[in-house]
Amino acid sequence: MKDYIKSLIEKDLRSDERKLLEWRKPIKVEIGVSKKAEGSAKVTIGETEVIAGIKMNVGEPYTDSPDKGVLITGAELLPLSSPDFNPGPPDQQTIELARVVDRGIRESGMIDTTKLCIKKGELVWTVFLDIYTINDAGNLIDASALAAVAALKNCVFPKLEKDKVKFGEFTKNKLPTKQEPITCTVYKIDNKFLIDPTTEEEKIADARLSIAIDEKGNINAMQKGGLIALTVEEIDEMIKIALDKIKELRKVLK
Amino acid sequence: MTYTKRFDGRKFDQLRPIEAKVGVVKRANGSAMFKIGDTIAIAAVYGPRKLYPSFLQEQQQAKLRCLYDMVSFSVTDRKRPGPSRRSTEISMVTEQALLPILDLSKYPGSVVDVFIYILQADAGTRCAGICAASMALADAGIPMKDLVVAISAGKIGGKICLDLNKEEEDHPEGATDIPIAILPREGKISLLQLDGNIKREELIEAINLVKKGSQEVYDIQKQALKQKYGGKK
Amino acid sequence: MSRVLIKDREIVVPGEELIVGMDYLPAGAAFREKDKIIANSIGLANVGNRLIRVIPLSGKYVPKAGDTIIGQIADIGLSGWRVDIGWSFEANISMKDGSTDFIERGSDLTQYYNYGDYVVAKILKVVGPKIIDLTMKGPGLRKLNDGKIIKVNSSKVPRIIGKAGSMIHLIKEKTGCNIMVGQNGKVWISGKEPGNVILTIKAIRKIEELSHIQGLTDKIKEFLEGEKK
Repeated sequence: MKDYIKSLIEKDLRSDERKLLEWRKPIKVEIGVSKKAEGSAKVTIGETEVIAGIKMNVGEPYTDSPDKGVLITGAELLPLSSPDFNPGPPDQQTIELARVVDRGIRESGMIDTTKLCIKKGELVWTVFLDIYTINDAGNLIDASALAAVAALKNCVFPKLEKDKVKFGEFTKNKLPTKQEPITCTVYKIDNKFLIDPTTEEEKIADARLSIAIDEKGNINAMQKGGLIALTVEEIDEMIKIALDKIKELRKVLK
Repeated sequence: MTYTKRFDGRKFDQLRPIEAKVGVVKRANGSAMFKIGDTIAIAAVYGPRKLYPSFLQEQQQAKLRCLYDMVSFSVTDRKRPGPSRRSTEISMVTEQALLPILDLSKYPGSVVDVFIYILQADAGTRCAGICAASMALADAGIPMKDLVVAISAGKIGGKICLDLNKEEEDHPEGATDIPIAILPREGKISLLQLDGNIKREELIEAINLVKKGSQEVYDIQKQALKQKYGGKK
Repeated sequence: MSRVLIKDREIVVPGEELIVGMDYLPAGAAFREKDKIIANSIGLANVGNRLIRVIPLSGKYVPKAGDTIIGQIADIGLSGWRVDIGWSFEANISMKDGSTDFIERGSDLTQYYNYGDYVVAKILKVVGPKIIDLTMKGPGLRKLNDGKIIKVNSSKVPRIIGKAGSMIHLIKEKTGCNIMVGQNGKVWISGKEPGNVILTIKAIRKIEELSHIQGLTDKIKEFLEGEKK
């Protein structure tokens, strides 16, 4: 019941015996889980499981950036992963997830899109990043962001012959990546902050703040969610928490 | 006969290596993973649960609803997200392949949802999906009189083979692909599709090849179920 | 003479042939098909004298009259409440069965049970899948005010309660918690110390995991005593 969880949190306790600012265990990142993808990764945080995969193709660049490749991020909250997800076109929650993950990657400069240019104004690489939830036990945003970064880190170019991709044939050239952003979403329940919520904790949270941070400690993307407004002090506190907590995820990613 | 040795060296009646695991999606009522060669399918069952809208409810028994789809990066040429005509057809035949063994009479008005996703595709995906779904339904405790085994057979270069892989499906001289689902105890067929070029006797040969090969799959499915529920190996 | 193909207490799967012959009767999740008895659910087989029973290890709760269940108030109408008991359709509590107090027509029903409240109720009767009548009149039937509700596999409820309540008494004794087990697979746990509630949940999950073994009560006793140190 709602009050039970809140009464625990008031005492800095959680029903799975974790501390408020503790990640679930295990946190696993597996690379190359889907062989036909140019890059793929599966992330497990506690019982939450998400997979991300990349397919690459070539095409025309956008007219306003003729020398830059394209990154397109999509997500699906699969009905397989939770009784609360329905089949059908992406809903608000799904689209938010895709856009928040995309923002962190894009703004951190993880992918230098000029390096994806083959012929300026004519031919560039398009990176299709797709995220799928396999089991939703809470905190899909952080797990999805981690899976996306892990998949991109281990992505190779497919073979290119006469400006056309030879699907199914991979090169040994990895997608050049720099700055790896890690996302941590901090949740507020009553006047306490916590991270990595379970599904029941997520449902009773007042607000959340997702923060994507690069290796230098710069904030690349933020997203506030939830119906309760936050004070500036609370936001500052939540950022401090995120800056500290991403360290553990970064260790797993290496 | 121009196909005398299989690309991966298997015998003509030999299946690719199989792995099966039950209970892979914790939030689902039942779930399973089925891997055959390089094809990986996962299935999750939710239900019996409430069916909206209520005019779809069936009076005598629960409704079975199957959804099959592939993740975009499961195939060499990216599959655009969203239901395709192919996945819609496969969802339908999958539902028909599973219905004969299910006893849905205890739950009239409800729905049993089966979701199948292909994480890696190397031919035989709808069959792998049905094998996974069958285990997932048992894991969910839906009363059923048997499991369902599905394997594809085919004709390549005049030779009838069991369990085609992608390379064989794409054979330059063309291959006849025959996905078959079988109810192991009764030996009856609940899924039969074909595309290619084949004579009646060859088709019967292919079906019999699948019947023989199904025992191995059936044993693996049973083992995977028993393993989750603490049965002896 | 019938041929028994499996051992007593063996885990069986749907479609598994248990007995060939006409001397046995199937019970539970088993059925007869011509001269064979077959399991129709994943379950534990009990081979008796002339009876083979398969106890399902998985599956949704099917409401039956006489069961005590834990449900959540989903809707409130003019003359009663609609309760979510984990079935595909909601159950009913009519005004006359809502309380031992006399509830007058036109009273504010939320004063008794409000949206989202959890209640312990008894199933009075089941008329087809859509009509399930509950009562709140009876010993132990009440609104639950605090504590935690967890979901368990309804097939495991008998093991969680134990023979003559032996298992549930053991847990209550060792953890000091108040526990109420609904036949529909909902369990209510209330305790002063959160640690005790967590221990109770752990014990229940262990019972679910090991429900097919013998000597489970002793094992759980060992587990609880071990954890308390």
